[in-house]
Amino acid sequence: MRFKHLHELNAICTAESKTIAQLMIEEQVQETNTPEADVVQQMSEYYQVMKEAVHKGLNEDTVSRSGLTGGDGKRMAEYIRKGETCSGDASALAMAYALCVSEVNASMGRIVATPTAGSCGIIPGVFISSQERFGWSDEHLVNGLFCAGAIGYVIANNSFISGAEGGCQAEVGSAIGMAAGAMVELRGGTPEQVVHAVGLALKNTLGLICDPVAGLVEIPCIVRNGLGAVTALAAADMALAGVRSAIPSDEVIDVMLEVGSAMPSRHRETAQGGLAQTPTGRKMMEKLAKPKAKRAPEPELETDGAAGSASE
Amino acid sequence: MRFKDVFSIIGPSMTGPSSSHTAGAARLGRIARQWLGCTPERARLTLYGSFADTYQGHGTDLALIGGLLDYATDDPRIPDAEEYAEQAGMEVEFFTSGLPAPHPNTVKIELWHGDRECSLIGASIGGGSVSVHALNDFRVQISGEFPTLVLRHADKAGVLASVTSTISSSGVNIGYMQVDRKARDGEALTAMEMDGAPDPDMLSRLKSLDHVLDIRVIDLKKGVSSDAI
Repeated sequence: MRFKHLHELNAICTAESKTIAQLMIEEQVQETNTPEADVVQQMSEYYQVMKEAVHKGLNEDTVSRSGLTGGDGKRMAEYIRKGETCSGDASALAMAYALCVSEVNASMGRIVATPTAGSCGIIPGVFISSQERFGWSDEHLVNGLFCAGAIGYVIANNSFISGAEGGCQAEVGSAIGMAAGAMVELRGGTPEQVVHAVGLALKNTLGLICDPVAGLVEIPCIVRNGLGAVTALAAADMALAGVRSAIPSDEVIDVMLEVGSAMPSRHRETAQGGLAQTPTGRKMMEKLAKPKAKRAPEPELETDGAAGSASE
Repeated sequence: MRFKDVFSIIGPSMTGPSSSHTAGAARLGRIARQWLGCTPERARLTLYGSFADTYQGHGTDLALIGGLLDYATDDPRIPDAEEYAEQAGMEVEFFTSGLPAPHPNTVKIELWHGDRECSLIGASIGGGSVSVHALNDFRVQISGEFPTLVLRHADKAGVLASVTSTISSSGVNIGYMQVDRKARDGEALTAMEMDGAPDPDMLSRLKSLDHVLDIRVIDLKKGVSSDAI
């Protein structure tokens, strides 16, 4: 790839008068030696999977494997129909769709990791609700996914995208940054505005811990996906209005790395802290089945075999 | 770069609920099965770190079993993988270990079929991406993002030269390559991530080379397994 940082992404796109999506497609074709049509086809299939997940969440009763969660996406959609939203219908619908996809995920249904399954609701929530609102073609949204992918690629390679490594800021936070930046490009914003949207969004999730109840991708993950979709729309609006991230977005990504590295392990997906260890969180965990596996006979796991390379 | 392309960020399409605990687990299981070369009769899986703590709620066990059945990450049969394993005559045992692992989501997979056996140690590093650290106790670094050729061979001078020249004559580029040996003049293992899928002709020529003991192709993009070359 010709870029590793967001400022490079902006510089290349500006110099070559390209959208971030166009550059990402070109780089993907080059990197994987795959024809452009196949690359675009693959992403189009992913977009269809996202749409199916929204549809499933809206129309079926999704109950998670643990039985702890389900039905909130539908609940939100019904509430919007009554016309009483506080955050506005556009935000509320993005939130409803994001909840739907996250609930389908918790029920072991099919989703696309964007960038992870724990954060799989945010991009579909923002994209599919905006497509309905603005009447965009699928092709336009598929381009948006390439733009989101380019942003995620930078975050993933300079910081992290998994809760186990960097907390929820890495997972839901990254998805919000990706969705916000992509939304700016979808609305015709410049690559520079895209980059600012990412920084604005990420600053708002720095420090967010990963504290899933019973270690499951349900509480608080599903709700954070719903609210994350709204934050993404808001950050996109800020950037499109001309608000800039005073701390450059690449530096914000570095802060995510710093904060995530300093986060104690109990706040990185282990379910040993945060909401998971509240009295209610503990009760929920106790109710669920205990692991059935035996303990492994020790010692185990030798990753360091005989070193050295074969002689030639 | 830990993440190499756009589809390691957007994607995979997968059965929920966790990219690292479910999709990554399915991929690790599938790599192990392709490394064995057929459906295992017996599998022993040892889970470490977060895999050990939360595997049931995430369906990590089902995803690993699905992978051992050669299912892709979004195969709708994953939630019922235990039943399919039983139908396939595959016996699966899970263990958890409290020992420290190089990554929070690590699994050791040991497989048997007849007189064949193999092992793998790998980690799910986030977003469904995986990293295999060991095959049969040889050190490797395999991502599963590319078609990967794994050769067991004798640690002899000239083996790698004949292997790479055979590959180069087929016009396939090697993107990443790693060699490890158990002892001087003992058994060695070479893993190569390729830019294109190896064709049957290249594989049969490689297999006929002196000192090459065995070849496996690991290709997660393939619909069907590359069993029994």
